[in-house]
Amino acid sequence: MIMIFGVPGPLLFGQLLLGLINGAFYAMLSLGLAVIFGMLNIINFAHGALFMMGAFAAWMLLNYVGIGYFPALILAPLLVGIFGVIIEKTIISRLYKLDHLYGLLLTFGMSLVIEGLFRNAYGSSGLPYRIPDILQGATNLGFMYMPNYRGWVVLAAMVVCFSTWAIIEKTSLGATLRAATENAPLVQAFGVNVPRLITLTYAGGVALAAFAGVLAAPIYSVNPNMGSNFINTVFAVVVIGGMGSIMGSILTGFGLGVVEGLTKVFYPQASATVVFLVMVIVLLVRPRGLFGKAA
Amino acid sequence: MFGFSRAQSIAFILMVVLIAVCPFVLYPVFLMRVLTAALFACSFNLMIGYVGLLSFGQAAFFGMGSYVAAWTMKAWHVDASVAIVLGGLTGAALGLVLGYLAIRRSGIYFAMITLALAQMVYFFCLEAPFTGGEDGIQQVPRGHLFGLIDLNNDMTMYWVTAAVFIGGFLLVHRIIHSPFGQVLKGIRENEPRATSLGYRTDDYKLIAFVLSCMIAGVAGGTKALVFGIATLTDVHYSTSGEVVLTTLLGGLGTVFGPAVGALVVTSMENYLAQFGAWVTVTQGAIFMICVLAFRRGIIGELGAFLKISL
Repeated sequence: MIMIFGVPGPLLFGQLLLGLINGAFYAMLSLGLAVIFGMLNIINFAHGALFMMGAFAAWMLLNYVGIGYFPALILAPLLVGIFGVIIEKTIISRLYKLDHLYGLLLTFGMSLVIEGLFRNAYGSSGLPYRIPDILQGATNLGFMYMPNYRGWVVLAAMVVCFSTWAIIEKTSLGATLRAATENAPLVQAFGVNVPRLITLTYAGGVALAAFAGVLAAPIYSVNPNMGSNFINTVFAVVVIGGMGSIMGSILTGFGLGVVEGLTKVFYPQASATVVFLVMVIVLLVRPRGLFGKAA
Repeated sequence: MFGFSRAQSIAFILMVVLIAVCPFVLYPVFLMRVLTAALFACSFNLMIGYVGLLSFGQAAFFGMGSYVAAWTMKAWHVDASVAIVLGGLTGAALGLVLGYLAIRRSGIYFAMITLALAQMVYFFCLEAPFTGGEDGIQQVPRGHLFGLIDLNNDMTMYWVTAAVFIGGFLLVHRIIHSPFGQVLKGIRENEPRATSLGYRTDDYKLIAFVLSCMIAGVAGGTKALVFGIATLTDVHYSTSGEVVLTTLLGGLGTVFGPAVGALVVTSMENYLAQFGAWVTVTQGAIFMICVLAFRRGIIGELGAFLKISL
């Protein structure tokens, strides 16, 4: 058996893979938060609840309608995205003229309502979601056995993250979006429907959370608390990365997942807190965050 | 005295009378829950209402105060008064460290950082041996205050809790109406201007944060004394959310808002407890209604209606 730093190779790579998976979720969630914050100037506290709704949507599609995993990967984000459009249009849009903190409080209240309703309907013990047949089993990579589904999650998350980056940085829609983030009234003067753009941005960020939720469904049990377990760490990730750059959110998310995985190998007691410790160090050394713009 | 206006003096006397009369009508243990929640909300209000910083990690200071008070009473058999003081000191010390980090950012980042730091404290309490993990510290003896007054009687305990609350309430009010408090309000309104006038705004914010955390620690210590228990719920972020709700509902930046909010939220929890997760749904709904239509809160609206500042 190969030993690396006194640790068996398969253990190290196994934890690294787990770290990458957590990192994939951090990246997708903090990316959505950053996109929404850039456009709407609110921190979407309901992001964890919407992630959970994505997982539940996949479970419901399977158990009530008989729609499997791969169609759900498209349909669940679409459904949750439509839900996002409705709440942005009816509720969140009323807050744009107020202090940003009200947006935080409102979406916090929203997450309590959503999680409470799901807890009433489905309990908090969690519902199983089967890994699709094609992704069952594991592959021998030579240095370790990789469960196929976990490899798929990392791959899918990377594709989605980099597509989002490409849309925002490389397309004309993305250019309009970035322009509206900088100066909304000016972009509106050019004839762009900015309120619609805002709604679509919110829906997009929310759909990203729901997509992450579907990916998470077979790994964690589908339960009403699955989002709130993640979201506090994701906030630390956002503080570490700073919300200035899309690529920054992606890299910080994956990077911190890996750091967490490595901590599990070398000092397991600290694995739950290591992301927060990194945040403390970043605040001391570079308060605006690794990729943040100067205030 | 204490910078009360005429209307506020009348409201204060009314509050003291209510505190004195209520235990003869209502269950004292319930009222003690209200009073500790009210003191906790007063500590939060000091930050959001007068410095303009939304701390989403207030439970860390409340919970650590509660743990330290419970542990010292159970393991060292310290006097109840010492335990409460230790709870306050714990809150202040933790507030100094976490505040030093958090005030480096403001606005929405401050909220996220305090939330994340509080989550770190939560994980610490989950792992640390002295907190008793999932079980918490249970069956903490109330003992005798100053070695003389038997606190096992609920009525006696109630008067002590009431005294702690009124003391904390007056302290917050005194802080706000001191020259120091005026500078805080100046920072809230226009920080660059306060800086240009020569105030070290970060120092002021940090001192206010430490004071707020100290009072939260006192509230936590008192809670541990009253109920003889300190658990992970005290440091959980839902407790932080609850104190935000309490203050928002009562009225951010009002003198009596936190107390009124605590009465409403605690009563609601009491009556809705049998309906399981509906408590959470109701709290969330109240949050949303407050933000959308009722931003001044109960006392803020009442004050606006009567054209006085309460």
